[in-house]
Amino acid sequence: MTNYHGPAIIIDRLHVSRGRRKVLHGVTVSVEPGQVVGLLGPSGCGKTTLMRSIVGVQRIDSGTVTVLGSPAGTPNLRRRVGYVTQSASVYDDLTVTQNLSYFRRVLGAERGEVDRVIEATDLGAHASQLVDTLSGGQRARVSLAAALIGSPELLVLDEPTVGLDPVLRVELWRLFHALADEGTSLLVSSHVMDEATRCDRLLLMRGGVLLADETPTGLLESTGAADTEDAFLTLIARTPRKRAEDDS
Amino acid sequence: MNASRTLATARRVLQQIRHDPRTIALLLLVPSLLIGLVSWLFSDTAVFERVGPAMIALFPFIVMFLVTSITTLRERRTGTLERLLTMPLGKLEFILGYTLAFGLLAILQALVAVGFAVWLCGLTISGSIWLLLAVALADAILGTTLGLLASAFARTEFQVVQFMPAIVFPQILLGGIFIPRDQLPDVLHAISDWLPLSHAIDALNAVAADSESAEWIGGRLLIIGAFAVGAIVLGSVTLRRRTP
Repeated sequence: MTNYHGPAIIIDRLHVSRGRRKVLHGVTVSVEPGQVVGLLGPSGCGKTTLMRSIVGVQRIDSGTVTVLGSPAGTPNLRRRVGYVTQSASVYDDLTVTQNLSYFRRVLGAERGEVDRVIEATDLGAHASQLVDTLSGGQRARVSLAAALIGSPELLVLDEPTVGLDPVLRVELWRLFHALADEGTSLLVSSHVMDEATRCDRLLLMRGGVLLADETPTGLLESTGAADTEDAFLTLIARTPRKRAEDDS
Repeated sequence: MNASRTLATARRVLQQIRHDPRTIALLLLVPSLLIGLVSWLFSDTAVFERVGPAMIALFPFIVMFLVTSITTLRERRTGTLERLLTMPLGKLEFILGYTLAFGLLAILQALVAVGFAVWLCGLTISGSIWLLLAVALADAILGTTLGLLASAFARTEFQVVQFMPAIVFPQILLGGIFIPRDQLPDVLHAISDWLPLSHAIDALNAVAADSESAEWIGGRLLIIGAFAVGAIVLGSVTLRRRTP
């Protein structure tokens, strides 16, 4: 760990196109460290593109992305940022332990890290099983476990709870908060609005623009809505019409 | 460059293959079966003595090209490559890891194929059997590196398999198996001089007939090596951390 104490992520007027389509239309946001920040919005709104920009694998048109004090994608961030893609990016033809051991070696982390992350993601019973034989939820946890190796300072998790059973979902959110309490910053995306209440702070996105950057309670107060879903609809209604047309 | 990350990658690739015994069996047995078939087919002629050495060059090259291009394409498509590139793994470390793992497999494959051709099919190798193995290994590494490069230009498995007739077949046709290279039309002869497999087949024929010095064969090995290095360099240029 380094002694960096500023914002975990600072994004300034970020524009990104994928193919001919403009995906992000000038996103500006700052994420404080040690929090679980939810990135919410319908699918196709640019969540994944924003996350790819933060981990430095997305080619951007303009704007700046600063992560833990360095420009996104700089070599010193490669051990400090953990990234979990939407579909489990692990090797199907290796066991859980073999997968994690490989990523541990690539990261140069300590040997004990493999057992630690297996325990943290509750995969102990499946450690010597081929990933190919696991359920979707279990595979997603292997992918998450790989990102936890070496305790990165920032975790960027793209829909980590999709398809998980409710008990497991609660456990994962508990894990996220335990990590945040230890000082890890987490950016967690979801298209399920009811996960919003589990976050310390919310970023609401639609059509490549940021609609809100609020605490869950602050969001309900400012919109006068009963739940996050309502709050989201209220915000959309407030957004200028031109933006809404850009969405399509 | 970090040797432990390269070795970790090679080890991981070998672990993946170990979980797939059918692929191992195919890799090790198919070349021998085909060599046996050709020797049987031409049993009462001198043809096998002429094409046998070239066949030892072909298989490691073709098989490694296919296996590498498909596995790396799979790695690109499943997101594991993207994950690795957000980690401290260098592009060259990744490619060398693959080359090392498949190079080891290629040694095994070449040992089985050479042993089968020499002892069971009675192929005469007048020169050094070690030089023969060295050329077969160089071929396999060439196939691996060209496969890595080809996978960068394919989006799907269908496309990558099409690279095999596009990149491999012309080299086989012009390499001197069907017609000795000095009997080719001038233009084709000139083209064949620029194809790496031609030099591999020349080298194997020379070893089999013991017609050239070890230095001359070393020169051919250097040419094959230069093509492999070129493919590695181009391949690491096509591996991008940032994608659109």
